[in-house]
Amino acid sequence: MKHLNLKVKVWRQKNASAEGGLVEYEARNIPEDASFLEMLDILNEQLQEKGEPAIAFDHDCREGICGMCSLSINGIPHGPSATTTCQLYMRHFKDGETIFIEPFRARAFPVLRDLMVDRSAFDRIQQAGGYITARTGSAQDANAILIPKPAADKAMEAAACIGCGACVAACPNGSAMLFVGAKATHLNTLPQGQPERNQRTLAMVRKMDAEGFGNCSNHYECEAVCPANIPLTVISQLNRDFVKAAVSESVQ
Amino acid sequence: MKFLASFYGSSIGKKWVVALTGLMLVGYVVGHLVGNLQIFAGPEQINQYAAMLHSMPKALWVIRAVLIAGLFLHVFTTLKLAAENKAAKARQNERRASTAPKPAKKTMVLSGLVLLSFIVYHLLHFTVRSTDPRFHSLPRGEHDVHTMVILGFQNPLVSGFYLLSVFLLCMHLSHGLQSVLQTLGINSKSLRDTLNKGGQTVSWILFAGYASIPVAVLLNKLTVVAP
Repeated sequence: MKHLNLKVKVWRQKNASAEGGLVEYEARNIPEDASFLEMLDILNEQLQEKGEPAIAFDHDCREGICGMCSLSINGIPHGPSATTTCQLYMRHFKDGETIFIEPFRARAFPVLRDLMVDRSAFDRIQQAGGYITARTGSAQDANAILIPKPAADKAMEAAACIGCGACVAACPNGSAMLFVGAKATHLNTLPQGQPERNQRTLAMVRKMDAEGFGNCSNHYECEAVCPANIPLTVISQLNRDFVKAAVSESVQ
Repeated sequence: MKFLASFYGSSIGKKWVVALTGLMLVGYVVGHLVGNLQIFAGPEQINQYAAMLHSMPKALWVIRAVLIAGLFLHVFTTLKLAAENKAAKARQNERRASTAPKPAKKTMVLSGLVLLSFIVYHLLHFTVRSTDPRFHSLPRGEHDVHTMVILGFQNPLVSGFYLLSVFLLCMHLSHGLQSVLQTLGINSKSLRDTLNKGGQTVSWILFAGYASIPVAVLLNKLTVVAP
């Protein structure tokens, strides 16, 4: 197996209130079949051997489905391949290359330490309206509610969002419209989501604004980096649903 | 009132204001071009058109007031959005890369502000007529637009700034038209490419139309006709 020697410039920051900065390290002997996160694991072992503190970064399933890994790699959230950072392999890089590794950046995503950012603003948007209300107890028959195939496909496509926040990091405005669009479209498209449709849309958009995300100005950088291929049409759907909901709220 | 305040207070509400006023201004840009192109049909045609517009001063001033209010809202709201966006991305990474770059997108505020300065100059030039003393004694009287426009564009500096401005306008629209539709919620997977290409085509047709007049004057294809 081929091995790589790399220079990495990593954002180091002691805690949320400390000033951070880029620090250069040599990552030696990295197998090209290692994932990007495994490269950081190897680098951390090398750092710990020297008695230096390990680089803190977010990770969990390492299978591309949990949305926990992040990192802006050479300026692109999740780096050069169309997947999550955990599914990015070192064979995408050249021996001797310098790689910039920085946190997902936005006011609504404060850096906690090194490359870890606080993305709980997404959780609070979900709690504001990204759910349906259902009674507890025995579930009704699965086929009792008919769902047209196009609606099921559209909802499924939007539901693929893993909430990683790459859209916010890629957006020059730090806007969360692709995330909120995906989460709202997912439920607003299904029959089960209709009773709370307007309430959901208003609550999620208002929470998004209150959390300090920017405004969408249709740059579409979000769609280009999304590891779940969420289309930007979820944003136009959200724009439409929000105004419908705002008008109907005002005439109630 | 409460509805308007909460609507304008939201991110999507402000975007709708920019989109709707933008759409109205595009409507004016199309209408203005239809008026302007009559210059190729000779002095009678375009001067008659100008006299017709001025024969209904009330309607003219209502349209002017609506356009100015729309322009003000469009610019003011965009600057507010841009300031909020800057604050939402206060800190930038050292290394930045764009995966969907397009110069028109990145320069919307800049092209808009240059256009704003052009609009002020253009109004002083041809509407208020305070920049060129010749426009106060036109051979066919006050509504001799034909002579006025040709005299104006014979100055290469005036034509140059005009061409630059209409180029920026159409660059602004090449992103703006599909952006308006996306913001108003008129987009889908099947429509997307058509709307995108349609917006760009309309923009560059508008550019060709507007640019044709100063170019024709500079090439001596359009000349002053003695009464």
